[in-house]
Amino acid sequence: MSDKKKELKPNTYKFDTLSLHAGYQPHKNAGSRQVPIYQTTSYLFDDVDHAAALFNLERGGHIYSRISNPTVGVLEERVASLEGGTAALATSSGMSAIFLTVMTLCEAGDHLVVSSQLYGGTVNLFRLTLPKFGIKCTFVKPRDTEGFKKAIQKNTKGIFGELVGNPGNEIMNMPEIAKIAHDAGIPLMVDATYQTPYLCKPFEHGADIVIHSLTKWMAGHGSSMAGILVEGGKFDWMQNDKFPTMTKPYEGYHGLSFAEEFGPTAFTMKARAEGMRDFGPCLSPQNAWNVLQGIETLSVRMKKHCSNAEEMVKYLSNHESVAWVSHPSVPDHPDHELAKKLLPNGRGSMIAFGIKGGKDAGVAFINNVKLASHLANVGDTRTLVIHPASGTHSQMDEATLKFAGLSHDMIRLSVGIEDIDDIKNDFEIGFRAARKPRLVSNQ
Amino acid sequence: MKFKVNNNEVFASTGGRPFDKKKPLIIFVHGSGLTHMTWVLQTRYFAFHGYNALAIDLPGHGLSSGESLKSIEEMADWVNDVIDAVGHKEASLVGHSQGCLVTVECTSRYPNKIKTLSLMGGAGAIPMNPELLSLAENNDPKAVDLMMDWAHGPAGHFGGHPVPGLYHINTGTMLAKSRTIQNTLGVDFRACDNYKNGFEAAKNIKCPTLSILATDDKMCPVKEGKKLASLIDGSQVDIIDNCGHMMLLEEADRVLTVLKKFITTNYPPLSS
Repeated sequence: MSDKKKELKPNTYKFDTLSLHAGYQPHKNAGSRQVPIYQTTSYLFDDVDHAAALFNLERGGHIYSRISNPTVGVLEERVASLEGGTAALATSSGMSAIFLTVMTLCEAGDHLVVSSQLYGGTVNLFRLTLPKFGIKCTFVKPRDTEGFKKAIQKNTKGIFGELVGNPGNEIMNMPEIAKIAHDAGIPLMVDATYQTPYLCKPFEHGADIVIHSLTKWMAGHGSSMAGILVEGGKFDWMQNDKFPTMTKPYEGYHGLSFAEEFGPTAFTMKARAEGMRDFGPCLSPQNAWNVLQGIETLSVRMKKHCSNAEEMVKYLSNHESVAWVSHPSVPDHPDHELAKKLLPNGRGSMIAFGIKGGKDAGVAFINNVKLASHLANVGDTRTLVIHPASGTHSQMDEATLKFAGLSHDMIRLSVGIEDIDDIKNDFEIGFRAARKPRLVSNQ
Repeated sequence: MKFKVNNNEVFASTGGRPFDKKKPLIIFVHGSGLTHMTWVLQTRYFAFHGYNALAIDLPGHGLSSGESLKSIEEMADWVNDVIDAVGHKEASLVGHSQGCLVTVECTSRYPNKIKTLSLMGGAGAIPMNPELLSLAENNDPKAVDLMMDWAHGPAGHFGGHPVPGLYHINTGTMLAKSRTIQNTLGVDFRACDNYKNGFEAAKNIKCPTLSILATDDKMCPVKEGKKLASLIDGSQVDIIDNCGHMMLLEEADRVLTVLKKFITTNYPPLSS
């Protein structure tokens, strides 16, 4: 028998186990193995004292499903656990998660530095809507790391970006941009929808707040809208005087200082107590449950998404109808090396490619594929395609399209988990039509 | 609130209410390497119900300045200094884990000042695993990961935080990593390991005492807690099923209900 001393190892649950179990204890829910759907608006108080304690954040618990709900709470804890975060707040969509994050962080007169390569709806939020609330933004190209530093102003309250930009697949150098943010005493907020925590945990690379559209790969089946913001817990809100609504007594809760009282969970507590109370973009318990079903198989699906995507990259790269392919797995992708570091478990299933023949060819391709679905979503189990210049980013003018890195020949492909041969066969139909765009479009 | 003890600034959460000298004082003392934030689901209730609730950050921890104190005895004297510094003549003490060693020693040393003592996950001695102690003293983050593993019961490992959206283990990890590990957890673990006076100190305690213990507590098992309680005259014991050492988070509501009954009975609040 060996006398070698056994090394101590923490036995906390790992990713695949947390995907199935985190945030839920059956023995507190009538032994129900599945997470129950608490389809209710409100919750009984034991007595007046109990009601006052809940309203006053003296006790944990639920009051009204706009603020919190037990089924939604399981989802929030589950995503927090998978991300390595301290806390999370689920919302009705990814966009409402971004809006709530900004409104928790900023006041009128504040400024944000924002990556220019974002989902079109997010661009419009930062470019057109937030200025109406007195919050201005400076856009910087995601690869222009130094540009983020230069854009920071005295009233800048944070940096925001998508880790892998939509739709061009440009990757933010998250560790370097996090350092720039932290040197300026501001947090880095990262939309990691494309990656999910299976491919990347942004908190390990310096992010402070992570946002997901759960509608996409996390839920995975194209059935339910949901979003979430997750807090890393490392950012020190008290290090400077930039965040008075986090650090000073808050009139809305008897002079509560969120940072003093809740420390590593302060941002989420404020987002819930103030943001859900005042804006109310709550997630329905049914949709939370649907997302939980998706998360149970997240790692299984992501492996298949990524392997299919890499097969499609090879197929497209060698195809006579394709002018260019953008995916971080391609060796000549400008961020190939960065992707290896930030996305070790796979480079994701979003591919952008240029079709020979420009816009007309792109339209013909989209109109003729049969298996791939033409719709405004990504991260479904099914393969999805769209022509961004005429779809997701159609509200942008020419100059904005160019700044966002979009071209008229670009097709955005979200690779599903169908049999890879069937996807390729379907694309052959699309490419054949694209080579005769006029003929096909006149049919 | 911030105040000074021995020329060092001390931070204490007041549970969201202004400090009022007329109200009776409850001091909450956190465990090894942690901060005042572990008490958030207990302090706010007392602060809004007729007490001054002070959840302190020990020196060198959380938002308090200075260096960590190197022995449980020094920490016990420091808690007594806190009572003086905030202008009170007496207090009720609540401790968790290492905080139990501190409050037991303090109550033994200053019997006339301490009116009730509440111990959560307490024992008369907390000898440390030598490897864990070494990791903490060498600033290895694995020490925090091991502590969080052992400190949460099987149920707690799944989460289920009473505050919607908060995840126990990662929150505790962030608290323990908020300052340099060797200067907080390392010093605290060594102080716990060195402390041998717990059982003797317990024999001197005459004030009403409550021990809250948990069936799945691996760090201070029920039998150790009961052994300590048996040495204190009239000590009450409450045991929570399916719960680990972090009972103040894992079963926050149950802990608050028991604590509320015990403290309000034995050390009544200022009536409004």
